[in-house]
Amino acid sequence: MSDFLHILDILRPYVAGIALLSGGVIVLIGASGVLRLPDFYTRLHAAGVTDTLGTLLVLLGLILLSGFTLLSGKLALVGLFLLLTSPAATHAVANAAHKAGLKPRLGTVKSQAPGEASGDPS
Amino acid sequence: MNGEFLTPIDAFTVIDLIFMSMLVVVGIAIVRLKDLFAVVMLSGVYSLVSAAWFVSLDAVDVAFTEAAVGAGISTVLMLGAMLLTARQAAPTKPARHWVALIVVCATGAALLYATVDMPSFGDPLSAPNAYIGLEYLKRTGPETGVPNVVSAVLASYRGYDTFGETTVILTAGLGVVLILGLGGPAIKRKKAPAKTKAAKANQSKILGAHHVVLRVISKLMIPVIIIYGAYVQFHGDFGPGGGFQAGLIIASAIILYALIYGIDAAKEAVPPSLVRLGAALGVLIYGGVGVINLLLGGNFLEYNILNPTHPAHGQELGIMFVEIGVLVTVASVMLIIFYGFTSRQPDIKDKDW
Amino acid sequence: MIFATSLLLMASMSLMLVRLLRGPQLYDRVLAVNSFGTKTILFLCVFAFLIGRSDAVDIALLYALMNFIATIAILKFFRYRALDVALSRTRRRGEAR
Repeated sequence: MSDFLHILDILRPYVAGIALLSGGVIVLIGASGVLRLPDFYTRLHAAGVTDTLGTLLVLLGLILLSGFTLLSGKLALVGLFLLLTSPAATHAVANAAHKAGLKPRLGTVKSQAPGEASGDPS
Repeated sequence: MNGEFLTPIDAFTVIDLIFMSMLVVVGIAIVRLKDLFAVVMLSGVYSLVSAAWFVSLDAVDVAFTEAAVGAGISTVLMLGAMLLTARQAAPTKPARHWVALIVVCATGAALLYATVDMPSFGDPLSAPNAYIGLEYLKRTGPETGVPNVVSAVLASYRGYDTFGETTVILTAGLGVVLILGLGGPAIKRKKAPAKTKAAKANQSKILGAHHVVLRVISKLMIPVIIIYGAYVQFHGDFGPGGGFQAGLIIASAIILYALIYGIDAAKEAVPPSLVRLGAALGVLIYGGVGVINLLLGGNFLEYNILNPTHPAHGQELGIMFVEIGVLVTVASVMLIIFYGFTSRQPDIKDKDW
Repeated sequence: MIFATSLLLMASMSLMLVRLLRGPQLYDRVLAVNSFGTKTILFLCVFAFLIGRSDAVDIALLYALMNFIATIAILKFFRYRALDVALSRTRRRGEAR
């Protein structure tokens, strides 16, 4: 048993590194999605989904690095808050855009003129 | 240029440079954009980036304040102010203001010239680091027993300044009250509910389902935010934080409640009269600590006298009470301003946003 | 490793900044601000390890709370104006979009 724990302890920084880097890469992918996808709702899904997973991975990596301390508790708290607020904020943005009458762009990308599908009808 | 440019560029310099260029980009965008909503958002981002940059410069307390003020409260308050004004910047005529250009260029050149004489970052021989800074660092521990030097300097050594600042915040709240009214219930809203109470309750039940996600999440978050505010308040002796930041955090928790459950509900929970009382009470607490010191035979805001056998404990006690005064005033004034801005218009219905 | 992560996060922050500046809808901007905030929080956490000061995590914690409030505020106040809930004297002038 203690051997097993020892091995885990040796592996810990590597796992942390993998989690950190993959989290960073996922966040970067999400960011490029937000930049490049054609309309608001697709951008929203790029940001919302990747932010949650990437955040958790990065924080997991940091928690693994720091071990069982006050710092890791704080990091877990940050993760919990983000896990609660980030999807809620994404939901709120999507809801507000939908309420304002923003329509998603349908059809293939080429079939519509570049630019936005519709403005908010306020 | 004390050899600063001879050192190889390290990782932190890269991070600093990236942040500074982000700041420049955001600043230029703020100047150029006409949509005021976008400008408010950009200024929020500006303070986000600058807070991250302050952390990288090891100025954690400043970063903390910037985080609390810039990202949270000032965004909300500016948006609230925009309820009362236009949404787009007034178009200005594209004229050439040569005099202004010359003044700006001259000032910029003078500032650039002045940077040559600035000590390089972290220079141990520069004036603030060598004399007064060292003195504070040396004396804070034994004299006040507060590990965070910034808190000690703020509340004890510079107690008069902080008292002045608290009074300034109270004055700002008074100014808003004078211009925008007391933030009581608007007269218009009284007319609207012609329906019976039961119908109204029924309606609100149906409408409540609309924002069920936000309601649940905010119900989870608001207590946590307030507890975090208390942590910031009482942990300010050890880490970054203190009365100002804690006041802002607690005020923003109530603002979140007002945003999601409606301003009337927030006014029932935290009535404007209480808030007005709190704004004055905080300054009274701060000044009262000073007066107690006077009555005990010390100087104004000389906390040592609070515990004659152990002056450092007196300092801790005084700093704690003073920070509570700051907390009460700051939180109350922020809410006064928020209520003042938002009470001028009837609240938006739940199903409309 | 930590530094590489922080660079990745900063790169995504700048991408988000581009989206924030380009708009075109207000909602795109809100999305970008919110996401930018999340990335800043992550950056602060990572940066705390880089400089070896745990204080930065406190700031990240504060942001995690504030970011949400700011997002909600922007959305709500935007609808206020969009619906034009009376009383403001300036009619909607440049309602171009």
